[in-house]
Amino acid sequence: MTNASHMSRNNFVKGAVAILGTVMGLVIGIPAIGYVLSPALKTSSSDTWIPLGPLENYPVGVPTLFNFTRTKTNGWEKTINSYGVYVFRKTEIETLTLSNICTHLSCRVNWKDEAKEYLCPCHDAAFNAEGLVISGPPPRPLDRYENKVENEELFLHFIQG
Amino acid sequence: MLNAMFNWLDERLGLHGIYKTVLDRKVPKVNWFFTLGSLSAVIFLIQGVTGVFLTVYYVPTPDHAYDSVSYIMNGVAFGWLIRGIHHWGASIMVIVVFLHMLRTFYFAAYKYPREFTWVTGVILLLTTLGMGFTGYLLPWNQRAYWATTVGTQIAGTVPLIGPFMTSVLRGGPDLSALTLSRFFAAHIWILPAVIAVLIGVHIYLVIRLGIAGTPAKED
Repeated sequence: MTNASHMSRNNFVKGAVAILGTVMGLVIGIPAIGYVLSPALKTSSSDTWIPLGPLENYPVGVPTLFNFTRTKTNGWEKTINSYGVYVFRKTEIETLTLSNICTHLSCRVNWKDEAKEYLCPCHDAAFNAEGLVISGPPPRPLDRYENKVENEELFLHFIQG
Repeated sequence: MLNAMFNWLDERLGLHGIYKTVLDRKVPKVNWFFTLGSLSAVIFLIQGVTGVFLTVYYVPTPDHAYDSVSYIMNGVAFGWLIRGIHHWGASIMVIVVFLHMLRTFYFAAYKYPREFTWVTGVILLLTTLGMGFTGYLLPWNQRAYWATTVGTQIAGTVPLIGPFMTSVLRGGPDLSALTLSRFFAAHIWILPAVIAVLIGVHIYLVIRLGIAGTPAKED
């Protein structure tokens, strides 16, 4: 090596290995991050009215559970999710449709007619008939779906995503 | 600061000693054919990393294996790249490991005191082929299915124990869900574990014994 400032062979190899190694790491590493995250970033939205049957099926004053399922594709599989909604007719003309998903940690609440409460089996949360928190850890009342009555039939506005 | 941190670690872990032993060891004058071993190791690492990522979505059951591979190819960001690297890397690994074996053979590097290194190398070549054989079934498409039908049937031509071997490979008389799951287990757990351990032994021996130079004319 005549020029003292010239890079030595040893240092050149070290540098080349470091650079090539970094490039190879990035070429696999960066796509791999996207690869792992991509299903989590996909949003599927739905906005539809779901028929709950004739309004007269639901007694006034007693919350009644209605179950329905929605299908969507996750990856290579169709996932069937079931949903429960409590139909609570406060009066002849005023109807509440409440999600049965506890606002604490998503367990399903059950209406206990003797206690006049929705009870969550997981952490003893209690909600009143209108879904307001009576006791326990939930941060907010039960979620309400928008609803409408057309030709004596009850519909629920199901929005996701 | 960084230097102080390194020295603190080095004093306890002996990193400098490892570096000197592994990378600063004396080697005879060699040529590019002597890089095939390192190349094999690097490809093994790449196959390992991409393989781990493939298992994030792949499922080894007949009803979903094909769909999950399609999903990797079409549904996931960069799935085509991860699987592509694994797919082509597999073929390249077999070629490179084979060339590495040829180089060792033609340069007579398998002789005393390196016979045992050669033995571990032969097992590594065979397990690499085993990786190719087991991995080929996993996409569960027509080619995979019939290649494995034929491949396991070939084992059946061995005298006396042939039919037994076919059954063991397939997990029964037919190619089935059991075949797929046992090939998967072999592909992602058993064979990689064997290869990783043997690469460790192989490299230990290379470092301990040093590498054989290119044979001289009088050898």
